[in-house]
Amino acid sequence: MRLRHKLSKQRFFLYFFLVLGVLLFLVPMYMALITSLKDPAEINLARAWSLPKRLNWKSYIDAFDLLRPNFLNSVILSVTATLISALVGAVNGFVFSKNRFSGSELIFSFLLFGMFIPYQIILIPLFQVLRSIGLYGSLGGLILAHVIYGIPIVTLIFRNFYDQIPNSLVESARLDGCGFFSLLIRMFIPLSAPAFVVVGIWQFTQIWNEFLWGITLTRPEANPITVGLSKLAGGQAVSWNLPMAGSFIAGLPVLLIYIILGKYFIRGLLAGSVKG
Amino acid sequence: MKKSIGLLIVLSLMVSAGLFAGGQEEEKAPASPMDVEQVVLTDKAPSGDLELFSWWAGDEAPALEALIKVYESKYPNVNVINATVTGGSGVNAKAVLKTRMLGGDPPETFQVHAGQELIGTWVAANRMLDLTPLFEEEGWMDVFPKDLINLIGTDKGIWSVPVNIHRSNVLWYIPDNLKKWGVEAPKTWDDFFTVAETLKSKGVVPLAVAQTWTVNHLWESVALGVLGADDYDALWNGEISWTDPRVVKVWETFGKILSYTNTDAASLSWQQATDMVVIGDAAFNVMGDWAAGYLSTTLNIEPGSGYGWAPSPDTSGVFIFLADSFGCPKGTNNPDATLSWLKVCGSKEGSDTFNPLKGSISARTDSDLSLYNVYSQSAAKDFAKDRIVGSLAHGVVANEGFMNDFSTVMEMFLTSRNAQQAANACQAIAIQNGIGK
Amino acid sequence: MAHSKKLKNRSDMVKAILVLLPSVVLVAVFVYGFIFNTIYVSLTDWGQGAGLAEHPVKHWVGLGNYRQLFSGFIYGRFRQDLVNTFFYSVILLVGTLFLGFLLAVLLDRKIRHEGFYRTIFLYPMALSFIVTGTIWRWLLAPNGGLNLLPTFLGLKKGEFLWISSRKAILTFNWQHLLSILFFIAALVFLMLLLRAVRNRIHRKMVIHSALFSSSLLLCAISRWLLPPLLPFEEIHGFNLATLGILLAAIWQYSGYTMALYLAGLRGLPESIRESSRMDGAGEFTYYWKIAIPNIKPITLSAVIILSHISLKMFDLIYAMAGADNANTGHPSVNMYLTTFRANQFAMGAAIAVILFIMAALFVIPYLMHSHKQRREG
Repeated sequence: MRLRHKLSKQRFFLYFFLVLGVLLFLVPMYMALITSLKDPAEINLARAWSLPKRLNWKSYIDAFDLLRPNFLNSVILSVTATLISALVGAVNGFVFSKNRFSGSELIFSFLLFGMFIPYQIILIPLFQVLRSIGLYGSLGGLILAHVIYGIPIVTLIFRNFYDQIPNSLVESARLDGCGFFSLLIRMFIPLSAPAFVVVGIWQFTQIWNEFLWGITLTRPEANPITVGLSKLAGGQAVSWNLPMAGSFIAGLPVLLIYIILGKYFIRGLLAGSVKG
Repeated sequence: MKKSIGLLIVLSLMVSAGLFAGGQEEEKAPASPMDVEQVVLTDKAPSGDLELFSWWAGDEAPALEALIKVYESKYPNVNVINATVTGGSGVNAKAVLKTRMLGGDPPETFQVHAGQELIGTWVAANRMLDLTPLFEEEGWMDVFPKDLINLIGTDKGIWSVPVNIHRSNVLWYIPDNLKKWGVEAPKTWDDFFTVAETLKSKGVVPLAVAQTWTVNHLWESVALGVLGADDYDALWNGEISWTDPRVVKVWETFGKILSYTNTDAASLSWQQATDMVVIGDAAFNVMGDWAAGYLSTTLNIEPGSGYGWAPSPDTSGVFIFLADSFGCPKGTNNPDATLSWLKVCGSKEGSDTFNPLKGSISARTDSDLSLYNVYSQSAAKDFAKDRIVGSLAHGVVANEGFMNDFSTVMEMFLTSRNAQQAANACQAIAIQNGIGK
Repeated sequence: MAHSKKLKNRSDMVKAILVLLPSVVLVAVFVYGFIFNTIYVSLTDWGQGAGLAEHPVKHWVGLGNYRQLFSGFIYGRFRQDLVNTFFYSVILLVGTLFLGFLLAVLLDRKIRHEGFYRTIFLYPMALSFIVTGTIWRWLLAPNGGLNLLPTFLGLKKGEFLWISSRKAILTFNWQHLLSILFFIAALVFLMLLLRAVRNRIHRKMVIHSALFSSSLLLCAISRWLLPPLLPFEEIHGFNLATLGILLAAIWQYSGYTMALYLAGLRGLPESIRESSRMDGAGEFTYYWKIAIPNIKPITLSAVIILSHISLKMFDLIYAMAGADNANTGHPSVNMYLTTFRANQFAMGAAIAVILFIMAALFVIPYLMHSHKQRREG
């Protein structure tokens, strides 16, 4: 009896802290939600916390109308770039983990180092190179940029994941006459669902939310959603309800992915990162 | 095997190095001589694309859209691509524009603050066409004020067409609040200090400011007030040194004024500073006259009875202006379309369509005042009779390099409050950025 | 042993190299090519009017831009940015690792509706900086947001200026930077020395005492014998205004470390937990003595990802505090302004190179560690 009592008290505190954490994490969400539903004239700092007097759904309709073309661009951009970069990561990871050769570690470090380049400074050369190969302005150039600068991290994640697969398995498959590509396509890629989820979530989030390249490397008709969003918030005079509503719409797809794939995300991490 | 990998890396590095070596050789070619190229007038009806680069979005978008409608009705064969780049107080727009221009792909036309922001950057780089023939053909030499043409041009030419005029030195307040506190809008800074003491004793912030650019904005009004219009102009012509006692006095006065402002400035947007005045937390706010648009349109307050305005202290009879304008970069795909757009921007119809919506006044002296609201009408009257000087915070009198460094000096001053040090630093950045040359 | 895992089959190796080739070439051009280009630009005077001409004029100036950044009168803001970066990185790392681990431990204990909690803790990562920046600016506004919360309990309004404070703690004079760094190094070596003494490792005792005394000596030399780093006094420190940014950053990314740690804790074999229970260890001892050392690799990869993110602080600072708030400054913001607002392309490139070197300082130890581990493993 005493043990159970102690346990339940412990459980109580556990849930208490969890709920407290949830509330704290939701505070910014609450703020965005109520602001998006207020009338522009009702929005000011002193009444930032109070609920709207009257629900103003119009912001959502307006914001959605304005964001629609950008929304579609972002879907195409994020899905394509994420898929390509996941495939690149799988191939690279396969080489670095199970097909090591002298110097492969060196090349791995060479690739990984690229993660740390400050993106703001390479705008001008990036623009020039993309333009000279005819990829400026469309989604193609932007996809290429995201794939290239994603190489380091996707390679790292896939290598760590493949390190978990026992070498003996690979050896015996090789003895059975499996070559490089059949090993990769028949065995490794089918095994990689968890790693694809991790890479997918990471890259999708990064690409969906990226702004600076989106605005620099595309022409208006190919602008992604972050650019559209900044138009809602830009200018000298701003009514805050519109950008807040826009941010909900812009954040929705990524949120959905987190809700649906959240469980697999942890599983993927579990499968891939236990060994650094 | 190691060798082959090494070779691989070396090879790929050579590929990339070669790529850039190519670019650099080109860059090392001698700069073209500074010969001014003039815009070529034509009567041909333009067609094709017109990419229009601006940072007008949100509440400012309708004005631009109305202007584009006017344009489209006149030139139906042109496909207008409205490329808006916003965010980061205009820095993003600059980054994108510079990337495009340096990458050799300029848009047909772009929005830019008239004056040194354009001249110090793109005119100095010889990337703009001189618009003098256009100004003469359209008769703009007579309808735009002389002071204005001087400030947006150089001895080599006129570089952009202003679509609007904003006033920077305006003091905003709520008349009912002032009555309640028993004070009046100050005419001079000395008045202000007396009034401020009264307000302070009642727990009211005398003057509301927001993040750094609004502090720079306040500074130019103070500088004009302390120096007077002649010395203010002389400062930008390089006739007065930044370490001159008169300029040090500006910083001293400015420091004293800052002691009557809110402490949370750095985290507020300009609207939030205006909100402080509206709610009654603060008494005054010095802001450009886009604040009138915010007060009338967004907050639904009646100009005149609901909110009041006056020239900022010690500046009555002087109008610090800033203007958005469009120019014609060299080497665009469709110069005819640019030309036709500029014609619409400077026309009476275009300007009287755009400005009432934007909350600004027309740069033309012959605009139809009945289309404008009470505030704009009074601003237009002042613009027609006042002495006109240029704004620092909005790019009329100083180039981009100086403006950027001035913000750094301002941040330094906000922490140290050392007038002499700020004056010395300004002298250093003025030399570095070639102010007054 | 290590060699046995490497490929012996020649054709497989050719295939491996072939499939890597596109990545290597692309990274060589788009990363290393651009880095070399940036380094080259940083050694020129590219900037201002003529620098924007169709054929920009550049002159070689050697290390002049770097000298300016570290000793120029008007580049004090850059030096404060460097100091800020140090605190940003360290506090972001410690904060997210700690909070993430705490949340993971809470969730690791057979919670009902775990998915719900997990999603809530993860969702901030899904939001774009335009969103988080705007919302947090509201939350941290001195006369609204968080500071108003106490008033709902009938208390006085909070007074802290979250992102606009001009106060700094741990201040020091940049002139004495070298001696301070050597002093800190000396303290670190002293601690290592004491540990070596306690563990009676003679070799380490000798090395660490030598290192300790030499850094103490260098500290004294740089303080009293060498000329000061700057001809004028310049005070820097930990700006309290950065706390607001850090709060938002930790909020945004601790969900990710939580996910990592949760995966790590789940990955530990149940037998370890059982045996620790058998030994009578409490929950706390289990996590502290057994779990944490066992998931060290996760901490390492989290550090790598987070230091990558601390480079991306740009977005958050830019959206929350604005470009000109020097108190919350970061070299990446400074670089962006220097390049695109002031048109000082060469100076901006120099800042970028310094930023890159700082990032490298984080990643090189990681690479060496992982390299060593794989060789052993």
